[in-house]
Amino acid sequence: MPFKLSTAPYLHQANSVAIMMRQVLYALIPGIALYVWFFGWGIVIHILLTSITALSCEAILLWLRNRPLRLFLTDNSALVTAWLLGSALPPFAPWWISVLGTAFALIFAKHLYGGLGYNPFNPAIVGYAMLLISFPGEMTKWPYLASLSGHYPGIVESMSIIFTGQPLGEITLDALSGATPLNTMKTQLNNFHTVTEIKQNPIFSYYGAKGWEWIGSTFFLGGVWLIYKRVITWHIPMAIIGSLLLISSLFFILDSDRYPSPLFHLFGGGSAMIGAFFIATDPVSAATSNTGKLIYGTGIGILIYIIRTWGGYPDGVAFSVLLMNIAVPLIDYYTQPRVFGY
Amino acid sequence: MTRFWQFHGGIKLNGNKNLSSEQPIAKANLPQFLILPLLQHIGVPAEPVVKVGDKVLKGQIIAHCQANDCHLKMSVPLHASSSGTVVAIEPHSVPHPSGLKANCIVIETDGRDEWVECNSITDYTTISPMTLRQHIAMAGIVGLGGAGFPAHMKLKSAGIDTLIINGAECEPYITCDDRLMREYPDDIVTGAQIFRHILGGTQHCIIAVEDNKPAAYSALLQSAQGRVSVVKVPTLYPTGGEKQLIHVLTGQEIGKAQLPADFGIVVHNIETTRAVYRAVKAGRPLISRVVTVTGNGIEQPQNLEVLLGTPIQVIIDQCGRKPDIEQLIMGGPMMGFTLPHDQLPIIKTTNCLIISSTPTLATQQTAMPCIRCGACAQVCPVNLLPQQLYWYTKAKDFKMAKNYHLFDCIECGCCAYVCPSYLPLVDYYRYAKAEIRANEQERQKANLARNRHEFRTFRLAREKAEKLARHQSAAAASQPDKKIIIEAALERVKAKKTHPDSEEKPILEESLL
Repeated sequence: MPFKLSTAPYLHQANSVAIMMRQVLYALIPGIALYVWFFGWGIVIHILLTSITALSCEAILLWLRNRPLRLFLTDNSALVTAWLLGSALPPFAPWWISVLGTAFALIFAKHLYGGLGYNPFNPAIVGYAMLLISFPGEMTKWPYLASLSGHYPGIVESMSIIFTGQPLGEITLDALSGATPLNTMKTQLNNFHTVTEIKQNPIFSYYGAKGWEWIGSTFFLGGVWLIYKRVITWHIPMAIIGSLLLISSLFFILDSDRYPSPLFHLFGGGSAMIGAFFIATDPVSAATSNTGKLIYGTGIGILIYIIRTWGGYPDGVAFSVLLMNIAVPLIDYYTQPRVFGY
Repeated sequence: MTRFWQFHGGIKLNGNKNLSSEQPIAKANLPQFLILPLLQHIGVPAEPVVKVGDKVLKGQIIAHCQANDCHLKMSVPLHASSSGTVVAIEPHSVPHPSGLKANCIVIETDGRDEWVECNSITDYTTISPMTLRQHIAMAGIVGLGGAGFPAHMKLKSAGIDTLIINGAECEPYITCDDRLMREYPDDIVTGAQIFRHILGGTQHCIIAVEDNKPAAYSALLQSAQGRVSVVKVPTLYPTGGEKQLIHVLTGQEIGKAQLPADFGIVVHNIETTRAVYRAVKAGRPLISRVVTVTGNGIEQPQNLEVLLGTPIQVIIDQCGRKPDIEQLIMGGPMMGFTLPHDQLPIIKTTNCLIISSTPTLATQQTAMPCIRCGACAQVCPVNLLPQQLYWYTKAKDFKMAKNYHLFDCIECGCCAYVCPSYLPLVDYYRYAKAEIRANEQERQKANLARNRHEFRTFRLAREKAEKLARHQSAAAASQPDKKIIIEAALERVKAKKTHPDSEEKPILEESLL
């Protein structure tokens, strides 16, 4: 009786791409839940929209590319892109923003480059950057914290805002939305106000911005759980946070009236934490050796500060990640670890 | 020796060792036929010294090192594992990943198991290292951990100050060394001292045991009585790799181009040590070994002392063959290989047989694309970037793969074990290595051919030139000759004309006489 032939190793860890991606989704849930708590149900509706769009695009493109549908549709990678993009969008943005951004991410940033494992840029971030450049109006209209505006957008109202652009009742959308804390800080600083003056605004809090600091902290904890689960390593998040902390502290010490505190940079919005733990750590587009990851993360941290402080955009996470994605092949080439015995 | 070093990466594996580790070593049944391959070690095959029809005794040399000098050629003799008759010397299937046949001596056993006269050494300390080494070589001892490196070759370097006996046994399922350490600790300690004597008394002699084998550790500790040091090393795959173990114990990193002996270190396996003990103390050559027979395809997993050449089929039957065997693995589950059938002999390097009725061992997952998660790089004990090696191998950019230290890969399988995309990474590296070697051979061949062609062209040109030169010189040489002849002829004609008689007459006279 002939036995089956195969090659070693014959053991395998109980792990798979689908499980890793699912763990990333799990780690996002607490942060998203807090988002709902502070800003209403808009984010959930957007995540639903991005998920449906992502899975549809993924299916169509797999079919067009003659790839196995089941295998790749169940790997959860399209859902990770969808959830990350959904969490980055303003909860009051119109529905087509979600659909357009996700379709662009999946088609152009993922499948045209060869699909899972071959995209040089993080698809969610490419989708986000495209939306930010093309539709600045829709992309900068953020809801006020429910506790500040005294109005909590529930499921029905959020749907109404997203699909028709109108809140329920007499209120206008403009009464419910405005600039993010990061954006407010930037415009006010440009108008020659000091940080202390700007921080009088009730949207700010002692160490970040109201609501956002909690969302950021929760994403931080989700990220720590991912490190514990060995889905990601500590190198990229720590390099981003460390370098951002370092460079912002430096300028904060030089002139604390013109440069906001390091804590504000980390917790003034959700972007720094979600960027550090969930977006920059996308393994496909990030640097791969441990030293490389540190360089890559440090680059992102410094670029975030540069763009936020001297650039044209209030936040720079997306562009920093994209810029460092470009540098990845070079970083990888020059950061080979020392091999045993050399 | 309290401090340990830690190599990069490594993985914690579920040992599955208690399947076979709790039963004492039993004797395997005497088979009807013994199939003994002439090459069971790294090096040159032995040459048969028996003919078909010869009666042989247990322990008798049936094939000898080529040129009868094991020191010159890397080779060891082969002994009959039991008494009987040589019935064939012919190619037979052997347990090798290639599946190719190799020359074997087949003995039909007579059931008497009659020993040849053994010459034992009662006090090895009075014997010179040179003689002992020869004795070990003649006993056919090779590294029994799986590599099969002739043992005497690792006993001749001078300047060795550290002897390590490798009892790590880090691969899952395998327990043969564990059982030996528990049951024969005295043999192993004495074996280690024999090694030490041969190596000229090394400063350190360490028996290293992974800490998942506490019984083996305490047994050895009791036997050692401070004569050799016994240490517990942390359980982490692949600590049992020679260079990894050296690193753990001494902190020395030995690269691919170097040998442990260059650093004054020699490593021998537990069972090799015991084989040396038996060869010296009892004069018994290597004719059997302990094999772990395990897996869910048999009723009774256990360790068996098996005569070399015993067909695997006999072993599986003895352990209670289940009807649904799917796969047969020789060696450990991380670095072993599958065998196509069980009509193959146990050889000197067979430390373990895993008989499995799926799905415990085989992985059924479809491979996904690499997502560069780097899990492989985190576990690589050599600190390579397996994801980059994979990338370049897939793109057939072998030059880059080589730059990323492909040839330092020890094929331990850690990367493939953790890969979430279920990529057969080790296969890719083996393929890349083979391609690079083939390319290099091809290039050498091409170089040779080109050189030959160039030389031929040069030679032809040279011959042509030489010929031409010869012709010219010949022409040049013959030119004056002609002139002289012509001149001489003219002279003669002139002379004739002036003195018509004086010259011819005497000649005529002479001829007439």
